[in-house]
Amino acid sequence: MKVRSAISLASVALALAALTLAAAPPASAANAIDPAADARAFQKFFTTKFPKLKLEDFVNGPYSLNEDMHRQWVEKEEFPPYEFSLDMGKEMFAQPFKNGKSYADCFANGGIGIRQNYPYFDDKEGKVVTLELALNRCRQANGEAPFSYVKDEMAALTGYMAFTSRGKPFDIKIPNDPRALEAFETGKQYFYTRRGQLNFSCASCHVQNPGERIRAEILAPALGILNAMPIYRSEWGGMGTISRRFITCNVQTRGVPLDPQSDEYRDLEYYLSYVSNGLPISGPGARP
Amino acid sequence: MASTIRVRATATGDTTEVQALIQHPMDSGFVKDAQGQIIPPHFIQQLTFECNGKAVFVADWGTAVSKDPYVKFSFKGGNKGDDLKISWIDNKGASDTTTAKIS
Repeated sequence: MKVRSAISLASVALALAALTLAAAPPASAANAIDPAADARAFQKFFTTKFPKLKLEDFVNGPYSLNEDMHRQWVEKEEFPPYEFSLDMGKEMFAQPFKNGKSYADCFANGGIGIRQNYPYFDDKEGKVVTLELALNRCRQANGEAPFSYVKDEMAALTGYMAFTSRGKPFDIKIPNDPRALEAFETGKQYFYTRRGQLNFSCASCHVQNPGERIRAEILAPALGILNAMPIYRSEWGGMGTISRRFITCNVQTRGVPLDPQSDEYRDLEYYLSYVSNGLPISGPGARP
Repeated sequence: MASTIRVRATATGDTTEVQALIQHPMDSGFVKDAQGQIIPPHFIQQLTFECNGKAVFVADWGTAVSKDPYVKFSFKGGNKGDDLKISWIDNKGASDTTTAKIS
């Protein structure tokens, strides 16, 4: 264990050293925000920690981490527990609003196969826009009441949209805009900041300890963790969105969760999605 | 409304493997809602699988079965193309039935 983490630390250090060398010209290289370098280092860390896994395996979270879990996953995918929700999402997506328009009118390509482009940075608003947020804005623009961000309807809709995008690699863009870079950096800081009574950061579990057990569960690696969203969690006995996942994580560390789709969560989703760029969308997923 | 029952049945050799997923709240009657009111019990009492009119699997269920239950079993007999009829009835008298072909 010690040796392994020493090796992975060393390789991250090496990767960082290589990157700083490559990005040498600007004098402030050490402090500059460089998302592309962060993403490379992040992915390298996980591929070094789990040398047997291919990059696309990470989207199945704990189910890729060992033989036994993988068998469970194969069995589960034969009859996935998210099937009812997926059907509900498909139905809801096709159903027009009272004014005759539909979700398809709010999104590029009629909302089909676009999950991998969310969240994106909206330069008019100067903030990150997630898929969940875009869906509720679409509803409100058409005179419908917004859905709860954590409950079933939202998960059904995002589940269907993810399903139509399966296999497409995450393609999050960070425009050359200081506000976008700041959003990325804020998300990164949120991810690595310890909080709650237990003094855990997101990274404590999902970077330092993926593959280890926390009680009966196997912790998922942060790489590719959002690719499978939304998820049916047996623990929840139902579907959950990315917002729900973030809130639960905060609660489990005995911290005070933020409001769903608050700026920090949006930035966090931006950061986490960006560093998983290139990994295929696999949602909706099922987790223990 | 779409059926509350999903089923997949495959025949290999002389056995047929059946998997089914049923959408049902399966409320135990011991849980309170956000207002502190007891959620009344609401659960499937009997689940039946019939192959060509003959019952091959009958389950008498109670409150201990989880929400959206999943069932997997296999039985002897059953050929490709045979009808498999699945039905459930719950304690409020509601029921649902679906018929699938064994593949």
